Amino acid sequence: MNLHFDVEGGEFISAGVASSKVKKVLKQLAIQPEIIRKISVAMYEAEINMVIHAHGGVIDAEIMPDHVHVVLKDEGPGIENIELAMKAGYSTASRLAREMGFGAGMGLANMKRYADILQIESEPGKGTTVEITVKLYPEQA
Amino acid sequence: MHLTQIKEILDAQVIAGKGDMNQEIDFGYGCDLMSDVLAYVQNNIVLLTGLVHPQVIRTAEMLDIKAIVIVRGKEPGSDLIEMANRRDIVIMTTKHSLFTASGLLFKNGLIGEEIAHNELTF
Ligand SMILES: Nc1ncnc2c1ncn2[C@@H]1O[C@H](COP(=O)(O)OP(=O)(O)OP(=O)(O)O)[C@@H](O)[C@H]1O
Ligand SMILES: [Mg+2]
Repeated sequence: MNLHFDVEGGEFISAGVASSKVKKVLKQLAIQPEIIRKISVAMYEAEINMVIHAHGGVIDAEIMPDHVHVVLKDEGPGIENIELAMKAGYSTASRLAREMGFGAGMGLANMKRYADILQIESEPGKGTTVEITVKLYPEQA
Repeated sequence: MHLTQIKEILDAQVIAGKGDMNQEIDFGYGCDLMSDVLAYVQNNIVLLTGLVHPQVIRTAEMLDIKAIVIVRGKEPGSDLIEMANRRDIVIMTTKHSLFTASGLLFKNGLIGEEIAHNELTF
């Protein structure tokens, strides 16, 4: 199953709608709650990032029999040094992002923790693509 | 600890998710920073926070958090309350500070969720 979302930039209230929708679908598929939580948290962190650091973008979530693959693509400012950005505590978040409870520099490290595979491609001035893969039945893999 | 008990201890008002006050909660977690909540919460907690941004509800939704106590007498907007009602998330408000509210719950037997990993050694 494929789900597509257009995420608007600067929409600090509605940010998270895509992650919320994917979570609902996964619940209907009766997937283990701990696995759903991993996908939800990683995807939500990435969705928030594309709203607060870029100006929105597109999300494609692919639900396969044994894994979920989420691609979040934006055409924002990009990340100059991904290794530095991954470090817990590193953040360039705006005051508005901090007012909504974000901007501690924890998101990328958290995505790494919850995703089975995390791929980040970014080009300064062009944009960022984050790919999150979570296995649905990790013990069988 | 039951939500009804938490309500009593904190002298709290239930403003959303009224139907579900018989749920049992295992731990408490107090934080105004949703980044931190997302990074550290793994269990069935009640979240104590002074933040009233609608993203508090989204954060709770992603982590399957069933109940939120808003401290310092802050009043959330109708958008937050509506979002919580739609997701069956219980929202209570208390006049106590984050420290006092946490202390009261702790004193009555609700322990905090421990930090399971060290962010700096990640
Ligand atoms: N999609 C993106 N476009 C541009 N920069 C990004 C993007 N995602 C992350 N970054 C950069 O990487 C930094 C670290 O991201 P991370 O998600 O770890 O922290 P944060 O979003 O600043 O805070 P938190 O996630 O704790 O709320 C950001 O502050 C920003 O500089
Ligand atoms: Mg982030």
